[in-house]
Amino acid sequence: MKKVNPLVVISGVVVGIASIVLTLLGNPKNMGFCIACFERDIAGALSLHSAAKVQYLRPEIMGIVLGAFIIALITKEFKPKAGSSPATRFVLGGVVMIGALAFLGCPLRMVIRIGGGDINAMIALLGFILGVFIGTIFLKKGFNLKRAYKATLVEGSVMPAVSVALLVLAFLAPVAIKMSVEGPGSMHAPVIVALLIALVVGALAQKSRLCMVGGVRDAILFGDFKLLYGFVAIIVTIIIGNLITGDFNLSMYSQPVAHSSTLWNVLGMMIVGWASVLLGGCPLRQLVLAGEGNGDSAVTVFGMIIGAAFAHNFSLAGNPDSVNELGEYVVGGLSQGGKIAVIVCIVIVLIISVVNSNLFKKEEKKNG
Amino acid sequence: MVDARGYLCPMPVLMVQKAVKENAPQTLEILVDDECAKGNVTRFGESQGYKVEVSDTDDGYKLVFTK
Repeated sequence: MKKVNPLVVISGVVVGIASIVLTLLGNPKNMGFCIACFERDIAGALSLHSAAKVQYLRPEIMGIVLGAFIIALITKEFKPKAGSSPATRFVLGGVVMIGALAFLGCPLRMVIRIGGGDINAMIALLGFILGVFIGTIFLKKGFNLKRAYKATLVEGSVMPAVSVALLVLAFLAPVAIKMSVEGPGSMHAPVIVALLIALVVGALAQKSRLCMVGGVRDAILFGDFKLLYGFVAIIVTIIIGNLITGDFNLSMYSQPVAHSSTLWNVLGMMIVGWASVLLGGCPLRQLVLAGEGNGDSAVTVFGMIIGAAFAHNFSLAGNPDSVNELGEYVVGGLSQGGKIAVIVCIVIVLIISVVNSNLFKKEEKKNG
Repeated sequence: MVDARGYLCPMPVLMVQKAVKENAPQTLEILVDDECAKGNVTRFGESQGYKVEVSDTDDGYKLVFTK
């Protein structure tokens, strides 16, 4: 189970190149391809939150879903299914987003930030690995969200249909959508280019099962490094790309859309790693599964978008480091509410982990 | 028999791993319903020294491990 899968490595390289190209074409630095950030921007574009700097209907999200959908249809892997604890998955999706926005990025952006030399992301990786490790402990203790069942074609098509509807909205009724005029939301690659690149990434991710969480999880559970090579391929490609473009900056400070509040970076990514293991994949993988017809993953994505709305409506998301009017460097991080939210999310993930595993059954046997 | 239909990876492999660990069977039948599970369970079986036969079913695949 230790063989290198060339498709996973190729997918990682393509994601890395896509991130560099999208950044060159206008996406924020070290954010060429961030699922959490882009879903947050979509939440803002649809007026689910009113943070003026992060509102844009990112076509990358719809592109990934539709790329996965099209390739799954062609290769007969489009199999509508649903019914595996959808409400729990919705909550976990929200929790993943709150953790990701505490750090300011999903696992994919963490990898992209590492490739840009962001030491905060390198430290957050330790929290992410810890979270995945805790998740695998519960998997070994019998954690599962019960099986999904075959669903109707309509149910399986919900996420692709929503993606098409959002694209139609973007092209035919842009006035209905909010768009940032400053901040990360105002920085974006041309729509058509971003969409085409995302279609390719979605298709490749579907065929290769590329997953940031799966890479670390399978290495811990089975000593299987197949998916982890995709993770490494993204980092190596982005380091090379950033060295070529002159954007590599090895530092904790002055990193694009990032804060250097270490504890909260680590805890935020710990939540993301842990909750994503319970969900069966990272935010990128959830989009791809939703494109393949998995209604539970579609619910998870909706949970993430609502989680993003909560994060910004209640000021729970991380604030980037900045320089004030006096020219002083101001370390960002979380508000008091954001810190409380992170702790609450840890408690929620712990409860979900415990009540869905066999911990109590074993105790009953011992007592009996 | 391990019925892993409806489960996302890595659950099918974990379910099969548990069955192999607890019973060390000479033969084991497994039902899965997606490509990812089929590939991963097959690789797991082969890594444990089983010969793995795969056949199509109405809603997925049947894998038979034999030693």
